[in-house]
Amino acid sequence: SVSSIVPESCLLIVVGLLVGGLIKGVGEKPPILKSDIFFLFLLPPIILDAGYFLPLRPFTENLGTILIFAVVGTLWNAFFLGGLMYAVCQLGGPGLNHIGLLANLLFGSIISAVDPVAVLAVFEEIHINELLHILVFGESLLNDAVTVVLYHLFEEFASFEQVTILDIILGFLSFFVVSLGGVLVGVIYGLIAAFTSRFTSHIRVIEPLFVFLYSYMAYLSAELFHLSGIMALIAAGVVMRPYVEANISHKSHTTIKYFLKMWSSVSETLIFIFLGVSTVAGHHYWNWTFVISTLFFCLIARVLGVLVLTWFINKFRIVKLTPKDQFIIAYGGLRGAIAFSLGYLLDYEHFSMRDMFLTAIITVIFFTVFVQGMTIRPLVDLLAVKKKQETKRSINEEIHTQFLDHLLTGIEDICGHYGHHHWKDKLNRFNKKYVKKCLIAGERSKEPQLIAFYHKMEMKQAIELVESGGIGKIPSAVSTVSIQNINPQTLPLERVLPALSKDKEEEIRKILRTNLQKTRQRLRSYNRHTLVADPYEEAWNQMLLRRQKARQLEQKMNNYLTVPAHKVDSPTMSRARIGSDPLAYEPKEDSENLPIITIDPASPQSPESVDLMSEEPKGCSGLPPSPEEDEEGLVMRVKEPSSPGTDDVFTPGGSDSPSNQRMLRCLSDPGPRPEPEEGEPFIPKGQ
Amino acid sequence: KENFDSIPDLEFNPIRGKIVHAFFDKRNLRQESDGLADEINFEDFLTIMSYFRPIEMNMDEEQLDRFRKEKLKFLFHMYDSDHDGKITLQEYRNVVEELLSGNPHLEKESARSIADGAMMEAASICVGQMGPDQVYEGITFEDFLKMWQGIDIETKMHVRFLNVDTIAHCY
Repeated sequence: SVSSIVPESCLLIVVGLLVGGLIKGVGEKPPILKSDIFFLFLLPPIILDAGYFLPLRPFTENLGTILIFAVVGTLWNAFFLGGLMYAVCQLGGPGLNHIGLLANLLFGSIISAVDPVAVLAVFEEIHINELLHILVFGESLLNDAVTVVLYHLFEEFASFEQVTILDIILGFLSFFVVSLGGVLVGVIYGLIAAFTSRFTSHIRVIEPLFVFLYSYMAYLSAELFHLSGIMALIAAGVVMRPYVEANISHKSHTTIKYFLKMWSSVSETLIFIFLGVSTVAGHHYWNWTFVISTLFFCLIARVLGVLVLTWFINKFRIVKLTPKDQFIIAYGGLRGAIAFSLGYLLDYEHFSMRDMFLTAIITVIFFTVFVQGMTIRPLVDLLAVKKKQETKRSINEEIHTQFLDHLLTGIEDICGHYGHHHWKDKLNRFNKKYVKKCLIAGERSKEPQLIAFYHKMEMKQAIELVESGGIGKIPSAVSTVSIQNINPQTLPLERVLPALSKDKEEEIRKILRTNLQKTRQRLRSYNRHTLVADPYEEAWNQMLLRRQKARQLEQKMNNYLTVPAHKVDSPTMSRARIGSDPLAYEPKEDSENLPIITIDPASPQSPESVDLMSEEPKGCSGLPPSPEEDEEGLVMRVKEPSSPGTDDVFTPGGSDSPSNQRMLRCLSDPGPRPEPEEGEPFIPKGQ
Repeated sequence: KENFDSIPDLEFNPIRGKIVHAFFDKRNLRQESDGLADEINFEDFLTIMSYFRPIEMNMDEEQLDRFRKEKLKFLFHMYDSDHDGKITLQEYRNVVEELLSGNPHLEKESARSIADGAMMEAASICVGQMGPDQVYEGITFEDFLKMWQGIDIETKMHVRFLNVDTIAHCY
């Protein structure tokens, strides 16, 4: 199919060309990608999306390499290209002679930067391994500082009469100011955002707004002072993320994620389309020598740069970069819309050859995006470059990684060697001790990382469980490992489970409810700023209290902990199913006083389950679940409430606590309040 | 062993007990016997350190594989404290508890549940389907290898000895 050969960015440019052609054909003037629209509105979402979701671990591990590629590589490209183009211009005949050295250097600096938008667009589709991805992508992000400095520098110098050594030195210093200043601005805004998110527990609806707002302000503030806006944005995203994620609600987190993805997708599409339109619309000045030599030297500069730098870097790297890696890095140096916009910004009076520059820039962009973008995928396959492994993060991996971290830190300490791990550990400790206390609300600040990770995983699995739907859809590769398998002699344990905080349970419940049939909800008050009031809140709170009391009792617990493939249905779902089909429910009711709803995780076992059910002694006193029964899954006993309208679904009793706890384990909603008068479909008839 | 305990930086490390233990573990010292040595000399120290060698560019597949196995074996011995060749549930729980021991606010039960969850995951990776009455004894070394397949241990488990400001602490 077309999309597997041609990357999306190419198609978009073609669409842009067509649209531009259409508009021109009609006689109107097509819109051109104006630089301020680009820099103010189209670029930030993409960068923020990249920065917020930056995989921090590989980034910091390779930071040295990335910085060298970004800074030294871009400088080399710019000067090499600028110098060579100057030579070409001198030799190139009457049309080109008047282009001075500075103009060429400026042109070189514009065209030499690897473009993050283009890299993202192309690399996203080829799924290469994490290391290469982060190297090229990180380079494209961090070279912005260099580009900004060089661009402004040469632009300024072009209007000077004389360029002195002092100016050059100042220019060199300004690089540090721009990059470090940008990062500083980003960090400050990131911290403010994290701090703000600490207090947003009452206004959950606007939590995502803070993230976007502060990030954008960081970008604008940096751009205002001619600092590197991209670096500010990245720094802000990276800094605020761990704290904000600990503070905000699950829904806000989802909102942020999807908004960022949406905006960045839209921006990317628009950028490429505009690029196509601008090509048709702009004034062009085609000069064969200039354009072809630009293209040629761009490629050569990139390849040479990567080769030399890798040779240098490999001396310091433990994991060396192989020639295959180097090829991909060199080949992945795509130019994109940033170059075009920077070129567009040039004014006519200083740079009369602006049109020629733009033409050359567009040619290079087209070449890299089309040719390199299209061929990189078959090349990756051809060279058998390692691809990204789609492994899910498991709790085991997390434990092992942390263990390894501590181990290596310990070894370094023993050697007295202040290495990489030592400083990372120090930073973590500092973070835990001081920073987290300020920036994370409430008890979450003391939560160690492992626990946080575990909770996140549990939530994810709970959501997956609910979303996977009904009972019968069990995948064939179900793992039937249960606690019984690993710990056969588990005595009746007091199973105090990691207590999910109330907020989380709240959230989980809300998530579950959205997947179930909606009933008429009584809204206590309508206020645009509050989320829908929860009629079930009181019932839930009382439930929690009683559940905690019930936990004190000793039971033989047979829990299905978070085994990923095991799809245990929530009791509410089954109730919904049963409740909606009253006929199906009737026969069971006849068999005993105690309507028992057994949820069957695996259909082959169902004949047994029926037997077990019929064996159940009647009576409300209940009994501790027998071991075989536990194997079946979640057995929930619904008791006749002693009086109608009890606000508790379960009368607390001994036998209920295991089911309570098991349900808590499976994060199920115990069910809405049984209010028979409402005729809710999922209250079983028994109640 | 007391010398190890006197290293100040190690105090913050939650698994320092295991690290120190690993230095004295005879299996790591490549001695035939089992159990713990009382003292180690410099040669033994180097033997332990050799587990953390970074890989070289020109190693072939077999050497790489051997390297990997050695490093993983070292890790395995750290987990398996009673030297029986398997990581049982109790040992795993112990590991998780130590990892989280830096945090005083923690309930023991949380650590236990995490360990249980991890163990079940390990069991499901290694054995797949298990009937209700099969018991999973513990993680053997082969299972351990399977679990680590996704992670490139050889690129992660190394210490840089660029300019080792040496062993001033350990006399």
